Amino acid sequence: MAAADRELKAAIAATRFGLGAKPGEIAEASRDPQGWLKAQIRREGADQPQSGGETTARRIADLREFQQQKREVKQEGAANGGKLAPEARDPVKLAQKLLRDDTQTDFLSRVQLATATDAAFRERWALFWTNHFTVAAKNLQTATVVGPYEAEAIRPHVFGRFIQLLGAVETHPAMMIYLDQVQSVGPNSEMAQRAKGFGRRGRFGGGFGGARLQPAAAAAPRRDLGLNENLAREIMELHTVGVHGGYSQADVTEFARAMTGLSIGGFRGPDGQIGEPVFRDVAHEPGQRMVMGVRYDQHGKDQSAAILADLAGKPQTAKFICGKIARHFVADDPSPALTARLEKAWMSSGGDLARVAEALIEAPEAWAPQPTKFKTPYEFIVSSYRAAGAQPQAFGQVGPILTALGQKPFDPGSPKGWAEEADAWAAPDGIVKRMQFAQGFAAQAVQGRDPKALAAEALGERIAPATATAIARAESRPEGFALLLMSPEFQRR
Amino acid sequence: MTPQSKTFAPSRRGVLAAAGAFGLSLQFVATQSFAAAESGLEKKKFVFVICRGGMDGLTTAPPVGDPDYAGLRGPIALRDEALKLDGTFALNPALSATYALAKAGEARIVPAVATPDRARSHFEAQDVLESGANQVYGASSGWLNRTVESLGRVRKVSALSVGPTAPLVLRGKAPYASWSPGKIVDGSARLPTLLQDLYKTDPLLGPALARGLATEAMAQEAMTNVAQMSPAQAAVTPAATQPPQTAMQMAAPGAPGQRQGQDAARKLGLSLAGFMREANGPQIAAVSLDGFDTHANEGGAQGQLATRLAYLDAVLDGLHTGLGPEWKNTVVVVATEFGRTARVNGTGGTDHGTASTALLLGGALKPGGIVGDWPGLKQSALFENRDLAPTLDMRGLFKGLLHEHMGVERAALDAAVFPDSAAAKPVLGLV
Repeated sequence: MAAADRELKAAIAATRFGLGAKPGEIAEASRDPQGWLKAQIRREGADQPQSGGETTARRIADLREFQQQKREVKQEGAANGGKLAPEARDPVKLAQKLLRDDTQTDFLSRVQLATATDAAFRERWALFWTNHFTVAAKNLQTATVVGPYEAEAIRPHVFGRFIQLLGAVETHPAMMIYLDQVQSVGPNSEMAQRAKGFGRRGRFGGGFGGARLQPAAAAAPRRDLGLNENLAREIMELHTVGVHGGYSQADVTEFARAMTGLSIGGFRGPDGQIGEPVFRDVAHEPGQRMVMGVRYDQHGKDQSAAILADLAGKPQTAKFICGKIARHFVADDPSPALTARLEKAWMSSGGDLARVAEALIEAPEAWAPQPTKFKTPYEFIVSSYRAAGAQPQAFGQVGPILTALGQKPFDPGSPKGWAEEADAWAAPDGIVKRMQFAQGFAAQAVQGRDPKALAAEALGERIAPATATAIARAESRPEGFALLLMSPEFQRR
Repeated sequence: MTPQSKTFAPSRRGVLAAAGAFGLSLQFVATQSFAAAESGLEKKKFVFVICRGGMDGLTTAPPVGDPDYAGLRGPIALRDEALKLDGTFALNPALSATYALAKAGEARIVPAVATPDRARSHFEAQDVLESGANQVYGASSGWLNRTVESLGRVRKVSALSVGPTAPLVLRGKAPYASWSPGKIVDGSARLPTLLQDLYKTDPLLGPALARGLATEAMAQEAMTNVAQMSPAQAAVTPAATQPPQTAMQMAAPGAPGQRQGQDAARKLGLSLAGFMREANGPQIAAVSLDGFDTHANEGGAQGQLATRLAYLDAVLDGLHTGLGPEWKNTVVVVATEFGRTARVNGTGGTDHGTASTALLLGGALKPGGIVGDWPGLKQSALFENRDLAPTLDMRGLFKGLLHEHMGVERAALDAAVFPDSAAAKPVLGLV
């Protein structure tokens, strides 16, 4: 490879495959751009953010304790004539703030990892899977477990076989809480039948979670325990075969029946450690199931595991996810040849994600010189820090700006995850707010350095003459650096 | 606000000149065709509110008089607390401002409406709702964008998206503005000027920045409008630069932030009204609200869905208050991608269904009862034995309003705005 070609490829490796170049990174990659990327693939998975290291189960137990105390405070208040004593409110608020702080710490440490890592392709690959398997921080309960979920269910498996990743994700307490699996009970299961006999809520106490936060729901008349098809549907539609993967409403319902029994300890059952995944035979819908033309006569949790394995192995799954990988890494409208290469690697390796990552790196279509992917707000903020060789030190430096740009930390608003296309992010208001951020950030971060040199480190051979000229003509260092961050090349990858 | 207003005129001119350099047709320039002025069409306003997640129509506008309703809905059925509209229908008590408008003949419900999509996928159904196509991936732009395109041949029309990201319904060839609350930017400062030069040949960033800056200029005036309202009207502090939240990011249900969420929602409505009252402000706007996917613990008069409905009600109340005398020229449509199962599920919620309720509001509406037929909730009437059956194609509703209220040609509606939709007859006589 000629030196000039290597220089351009190194810039592409650091910006398109990675998270934006840190000073020195393009030089590092230029010896062997493809080899530099491949060396980041490793069986043990992605790096772990340096957060508090608390487990999902611990976070769930903490939240449960908080909800219990909150109820007690409220009951005390009710005893005092329906009003909370002013001083009684404070511990609730304080405890809630501490729980929110946990989430903010998780998020900050994830951004810190992204801004500092020397293996940014590995991190981008992990972020792709966190988005594919979205658990959104839609309320306090899910917010406290998103960070541990990514650490436990996703990061260790991103270069393993897809079925391992899928199995870890779908049976993880965070996903089961987020998509309502913890509450789903087979209508003909022993638990549902007994609950009918025992009257309201049966012998299994109400459990914890949303229901207890809602006085109205708690006071509602008795309801039958039953099925919730949310997780089953999203596994098919979003996580495996895709909406056109050839399943019907009946398949969704059957799959949901097969999954009943999968839940977490401390929820609708006396068994299991609080917040740990459990399988409750008494909540499992008995009988064989028929999903996408296949009969499943396994018992207990083997039934849904068998369905998951079949979904993971389907060519529709390879096609759907490889299309998403191509769209994420290369172009909103990727060439069919690229997707076909990835599918081939997937199918011939039995869904080995390391092989798929290598196929992506080897695909000539992935190295087109023109940057076409418009950065999401997260990518823009992370790459800005990387260009400055800096790391955010507080959640407040990154959280509010991401929210203002439409990418609220840990909360894509739906299980589909963040949008991929430029049209979704390049709204006029978004560009104006990026400009405001760039101006403020550049003033803090440039620190007497020459913006021309920073631009060369950040974009390498990808810098356009017009941008180089504008930066050279800037009337101050911060202005020059802000122009770099807002340049058409830096806004894309 | 006062010091900023002084610099307003020159900075806006600067923006317009810069935008002109891109060859853009900038939407806030005042030009009116004679025909539009004569019929008053140029004053007409249309706001589309998308409730994402599949809003449960049976809890939004509960058919409390339907004999099968209470049985199907069990613990989440509304009873006496519902706000009665007629012998069959009521509104959720969280929609109190909407109810007041309904009593004044300025709000109606469409109780069994659906898009042509039947897949029960949020994302596919939202695509169909917003693209206006008869099937998924049938169009890559939105029907409001194509409305602007179509009207643009006759008169000057502009559109605004509220929120930091652009919804599909407004994306497409025709230019649109977007805005979300935040610090207002002076477009004549150095960096914006330099960037406009740097983006000269950039087909994505160039137009986006120019429109963003034009909207910032307009925001100064709109915020002044809000600031000039009496405190009782505005009900929240008019320091428009304060909250970075948009309606999409409001507090989670049940959180102590609900009151703040409602204030933010109302302010969003007021701010949007401020834009629309500007002499050359947008006549068409789109707002997205999310959080309507209620699989568990949905609640009835209170609870998760009621909290979201309270936010929706606050946005609508803000719009009504903020538009003031312009309310009589306005139609607001609130719609969702699909309704939910007729029966409550095993977890106190409802799963993805088919038909749902749309809300129509505005001083331009004719008073009347429900729009479209009510299929009833009898077992035999349910769609696929599980969902409220649709009696009306959503596109027919949109088409009727766009034709009679906004003056979009019938032919354009059938072919360009809603491709291959001639079979979906426009609902006429609503305005």
